[in-house]
Amino acid sequence: MKNKSLISINDFTKEEILRVLDLAGEFEQNPVQSILEGKVVATLFFEPSTRTRLSFESAVNRLGGKIIGFSDSASSSSTKGESLKDTIKTVSNYSDLIVIRHPIEGSARYAGEVAAVPVINAGDGANQHPTQTLLDLYSIRKTQQTLENLNLFIVGDLKYGRTVHSLLMAMAHFNATYHFISPKELRIPQEYKLFLDQHGLKYHEYTDFKDIISDADIIYVTRVQKERFSDPIEYEKTKNAYILKNSMLQGTKGNLRILHPLPRVNEISVDVDDNEKAYYFTQALNGVYTRQAIISLILGL
Amino acid sequence: MDKDVKQLKVSAIRNGTVVDHIPANNLFKVITILGLDHIDNQITFGTNLESKLLGTKAIVKISDRFFSEEEINRIAIAAPQAKLNIIRNYKVEEKKQVTVPDEFTGIVKCVNPKCITNNDEVKPRFRVISKEEVSLKCHYCEKITDQEHMVFI
Repeated sequence: MKNKSLISINDFTKEEILRVLDLAGEFEQNPVQSILEGKVVATLFFEPSTRTRLSFESAVNRLGGKIIGFSDSASSSSTKGESLKDTIKTVSNYSDLIVIRHPIEGSARYAGEVAAVPVINAGDGANQHPTQTLLDLYSIRKTQQTLENLNLFIVGDLKYGRTVHSLLMAMAHFNATYHFISPKELRIPQEYKLFLDQHGLKYHEYTDFKDIISDADIIYVTRVQKERFSDPIEYEKTKNAYILKNSMLQGTKGNLRILHPLPRVNEISVDVDDNEKAYYFTQALNGVYTRQAIISLILGL
Repeated sequence: MDKDVKQLKVSAIRNGTVVDHIPANNLFKVITILGLDHIDNQITFGTNLESKLLGTKAIVKISDRFFSEEEINRIAIAAPQAKLNIIRNYKVEEKKQVTVPDEFTGIVKCVNPKCITNNDEVKPRFRVISKEEVSLKCHYCEKITDQEHMVFI
């Protein structure tokens, strides 16, 4: 994995994914190490994403590395009309690794092709966000002690949610059974159902989020965004139908954990936060360990 | 007799390549793909000819030009059923069928307006995910462009 860019979750084999998770576990035991000393990591955020950027920067800082970069494109040369290629080529000279967040889809793949140093995709539009997927997998394995044969319930915006698509593909390595719960406007796209069919994996689709979660191992909740609806009335009607409330967790399995890529708006009611099955805040902390693991493997440390 | 009439519609060439069974509405796409609008060779073509296979078809005859496997296969994106005849001294020396390539660069625009290839000077690049009804997966944004939405560059 040394010098290999991480652009899409499909760039890593099952074995490579498991190596990241194993190493992330070691960083959780011992998060402060000075293995990145003398290394410079560039974080190029062409659109703001405070949470992801801070998670990467925390990972680098805890390993003793230095950060250069910008947190939105207004403070970069792209406002002067510089092409992505030129920015990447220049920053390659100043750093050992580039972390890029960009609103244009495919920009991270392209950056990986023109950069002289490895590139980590921290989100390219609606396409991919592989470090999020790896931290989701880490959280699932940590709470279930395994990734194999799990009952995975995914709720919310299944049409546009990139975290959903990447997680779905990654979990195909581990024989998951999928349960998709969404309004019909935001159903899981046909291409992903074809993907699951090709892999011989079972899935079920629901439009109603009631009385179906009793055999769930993981519930992965995502935000239903208003701007995804062409009809605002339709949004008002559906927005409250996909909220997870504490009362719904009665009778669910003891090992069930609730995940959410955050930020949350109202799709998990606040009364769930104190339930031991709520895992989304710890999930965010796991992001730091996972990113420490990814960075060290790519830099060959 | 019938065959002779067809022959006359697009006159024979002495040496070169005949591309037959092009869907009539994709003729100009094939011309673009093969770069025929930029070469000096003699080219004759006919379009909206009757075809049992395609309804209406087009045919292109290019004098003194022979294409590489790779060039030939590029037209498969627009004309998956195309057949090529290699002509030497007015005789068909060889017949070739196109095969759809596994991967290619250029030729088609990615359908996704938010793709880097539609926003920066980056050449589109695709993996072919279906060869019968040709369907393409963008190397960059990973979105799928199907036959219906294909725009040839």
